[in-house]
Amino acid sequence: MVILFQTKPSLLAGGVVAGPLENRSVFSQYFDSVYDDERWQMKTNEQGHRKMIEEACEYAMKKMGVQKGDIDYLMGGDLVNQMTPTNFAARDLEIPFIGLFSACATSVSSVIIACLLTELGAANFSLAGASSQHNAIERQFRYPINYGAQKPQTAQWTVTAAGYALIGKHREEYPSIEAATIGKSVDYGMDDPFHMGAAMAPAAFQTIQSHLQQRNQKIYHYDLILTGDLGQLGLKLLKGMLVENGVKNEELTLLRDAGAEFYGQDEAFQSGASGAGCSAAVFFSYVIQQMRAGSYKRVLLVATGALLSPLSYQQGETIPCTAHAIEITMK
Amino acid sequence: MEKEQYQQLEQNVTPKPPYLKNVAKAFFVGGFICAIGQAVSLFYIIFFNFTEATAGNPTVATVVFFSMILTGLGLYKRIGQFAGAGSAVPVTGFGNAVVSAAIEHRSEGLVLGVGGNLFKLAGSVVLFGVVSAFFVALIKYILVTIGVVSW
Repeated sequence: MVILFQTKPSLLAGGVVAGPLENRSVFSQYFDSVYDDERWQMKTNEQGHRKMIEEACEYAMKKMGVQKGDIDYLMGGDLVNQMTPTNFAARDLEIPFIGLFSACATSVSSVIIACLLTELGAANFSLAGASSQHNAIERQFRYPINYGAQKPQTAQWTVTAAGYALIGKHREEYPSIEAATIGKSVDYGMDDPFHMGAAMAPAAFQTIQSHLQQRNQKIYHYDLILTGDLGQLGLKLLKGMLVENGVKNEELTLLRDAGAEFYGQDEAFQSGASGAGCSAAVFFSYVIQQMRAGSYKRVLLVATGALLSPLSYQQGETIPCTAHAIEITMK
Repeated sequence: MEKEQYQQLEQNVTPKPPYLKNVAKAFFVGGFICAIGQAVSLFYIIFFNFTEATAGNPTVATVVFFSMILTGLGLYKRIGQFAGAGSAVPVTGFGNAVVSAAIEHRSEGLVLGVGGNLFKLAGSVVLFGVVSAFFVALIKYILVTIGVVSW
């Protein structure tokens, strides 16, 4: 079922902080800060991860001139075990908090919850977002950073970035959230953790199809449908599925993927970017700014997440994935 | 779209790994590493009193030391991305697996972090190496005992 927001909560501001390598991102000009130390001058990667989340939240608050005492709820998550970076950032931010895990789709699932709280009248302001720190996540899911394993062309690069959005009651001059679709956990039998795009594409496909059907829309009703981190191959697969389903080729140009574009055409990043911070960084900087500038009037943001763990992979399980979508409009 | 149909689409879209290119790169980088090993071995034989049979141990120690330095400088992973099995299979790959795990887990302390995780990746190499060495030695022992070959 699609969620229709009667009060249309607004995306008042976004705060995006990224690591040094993200200077090479085509989106880096839209970020609030690109730090030159991937650990934010902390002792461990995980502490740097926490610091990055705090800074992203602070940027988002500063833009609207609100203090952390004005924020009613913090919704967010990351990919580290038990989400300690986000939990610890919440400790320092002192905002009522629920940690959310939808893997890399957390950037949107957190916004959906924040909008529901706003719609309910329970929140004037909330912060919602997600983050990932390359080194902390790689050790979690794959090998030590300095281990010389060869990554295949299908692999994606976990970005170091945190993106948080400040959600508040409807204001006409800001992008507003009209509707949302919470995705199912979809498994098409893909089992290669170095080919996440292929695992996630069906989830994105189902969520987009379901959202469009329930809203009686076609792809061309949107100025942009932007998925989170399918990467170049995942985006190709999503387009392939849509074409099979009768979508015309000219409509496909409205479909883009943050992960596929994140590092440009740099082959060092294989199929593109991924990680919870990838969609969050692009959605809450580039997209908000473009909408406020009037470039886009109606946008569908579809964050995709692979719901695996290293354990589930080693036990031979396939990779279920999810995709959550929000429909954002600008007057 | 059905699962089978999607798997077909996935097969069509996913580029095939460039096997020939990968094999060639692995062959030349692996061969280069072995040539360095040979040079080190000759160095020990010519300048110190090692024989071909006894030069093995110091040679292995030396090339593993080289790979540890390269790992610490963050260069070995770059070689690995280029060479694949060419830098993973020689003993230098073993050194890389050990040191990369040590660096990674330094933040959890020397005992539980470094000590507990040092052989996280290389542990199975040690285990299966020792087990297969045992069986090879056993087979040779049997062959020597029944007089097929001599030591």
